Amino acid sequence: MTDATYSGVLDLAAGAFLLFAVLIVWRRDLRATVRLLAWQGAALAVLPIAEGVQRHDVAPVVVGLAILALRGGVLPVLLGRAVSTEARERRESAPLVNTTASLLTVAALTVLAYAVTRPMIALSPTPTTRAVPAAFAVILIAVFVLVSRRRALSQAVGFLMLDNGITATAFLIAAGVPLIVELGASLDILFAVIVLGLLAGHMQHTFGGTDLDQLRELRD
Amino acid sequence: MNALAAVGAVVQVGGVLVGAPFVVGGMRQVRARLEGRSGGGIGQPWRDLRKQLRKQELRPHGTTVVFRVAPAVAAGSALLIAAIIPLVTLGSPLDSSADLFGVVGLLFLGTVALTLAGLDTGTAFGGMGSSREITIAALVEPTILLAVFALSLPGHSANLAAIVSATLADPAQVLTLGSVLAFVALVIVIVAETGRLPVDNPSTHLELTMIHEAMILEYSGPRLALVEWASGMRLTVLLALLANLFLPWGIAGADPSVLGVLIGTAAVAVKVVVLAIVLAVAEVFIAKLRLFRVPELLAGSFLLALLAVTASSFLASAR
Repeated sequence: MTDATYSGVLDLAAGAFLLFAVLIVWRRDLRATVRLLAWQGAALAVLPIAEGVQRHDVAPVVVGLAILALRGGVLPVLLGRAVSTEARERRESAPLVNTTASLLTVAALTVLAYAVTRPMIALSPTPTTRAVPAAFAVILIAVFVLVSRRRALSQAVGFLMLDNGITATAFLIAAGVPLIVELGASLDILFAVIVLGLLAGHMQHTFGGTDLDQLRELRD
Repeated sequence: MNALAAVGAVVQVGGVLVGAPFVVGGMRQVRARLEGRSGGGIGQPWRDLRKQLRKQELRPHGTTVVFRVAPAVAAGSALLIAAIIPLVTLGSPLDSSADLFGVVGLLFLGTVALTLAGLDTGTAFGGMGSSREITIAALVEPTILLAVFALSLPGHSANLAAIVSATLADPAQVLTLGSVLAFVALVIVIVAETGRLPVDNPSTHLELTMIHEAMILEYSGPRLALVEWASGMRLTVLLALLANLFLPWGIAGADPSVLGVLIGTAAVAVKVVVLAIVLAVAEVFIAKLRLFRVPELLAGSFLLALLAVTASSFLASAR
């Protein structure tokens, strides 16, 4: 792969990664959000794979394939199962902030991400670091999703997006993460999602819904 | 610039003038066929225009000069845009003023003229339509400006001919992320600006939902013909501009030959027809958005345009 193709692929992957985060904020339907999360995982997997192909190194490709399987396949399927057990009228994300305002907030967060990562890019201006703002913007957007959604499952989507963003930032800044670290982090996330899924199911069983705003009182 | 470039500019204006009703008629015909109706034929808007042009002019009581000149301003601004943007040839005599920001201003001028006319009638519908139209316009304008900004970055100029030549010189830049995002944002914005589905339904006069039709409710006869002609021309010009910004192949150069002008005309006609058919087919499958959901769609397109700017300025600045 030539340098120009590599930076082109990197730009497209980073851009798609950010675009899916934006679309997750835009869509209300929880199932559509989970599908978009799977696509985001796939876009994330492109980053290490492209790097591995560029440097003729096997380890990043393996990490990329593991990410593709986990974030593009297993986690969305697990979340999708949790969503399909929700009642039909509860499958909308019900954000605290309306969609127009959220989209404008996302726009502001993206600009903020570009502004704060400028010194980091200035340290070593390579194609990889130049895509860091996109990954950083995803982290900020994910935090926004976490605090602005009511339902537990939408917050789980935000949590996974946050982790995607952190992983992407790690790849882009550190030019690859050791295989063992990535596997450990992925295992953590997998368990977190399983626990979240169980918890959501349990909450639903006990309280009939996962609207966290209603869980303010302690009962016997 | 030579005489043929001027001929090319005349062909552009004439083509938009004559072709716009056919574009509208063609879109209606495609829609009718897909819905299982036989439709009125692609010449029906022209027959309607001829009929309205012969009718008596009625002027509502209490309206002022604003109401009278608004159709002419709307049609004039659309024709001026047709004259300055590169549709057939890159060497329009008005090329020095073919600035994308100027074109956006001209578009807005037409919108504002009709909005003021809607307010001038003093009726409930006119005011309601104007209020809705200006709400949409206020959200559309920043998006167009941002998308245009994103497009002007690779060519280092907001001049339309410069942007088109930059794309011709380096076709790969059409497929960069910034360009794709700007394309999506521009499509949404054009749909909103010309009042098509899902923002406004051009074929109904339903009080609760109409936007453009509510503003022009008081017009009749020749002025109504002019208003409808102008909205058709806006649609045609915007579709042609979209086609040439992203797929500029076939356009004649800055110093065209007779053959070049002919090929340019044919190319832009084919592009507009294809885009219009695609738009009409897509419209069959979508329902109108609730009015309160429209800002959501436009905020989304604004965000896409912003991402287009960031993508093309930050990511691509290294190359």
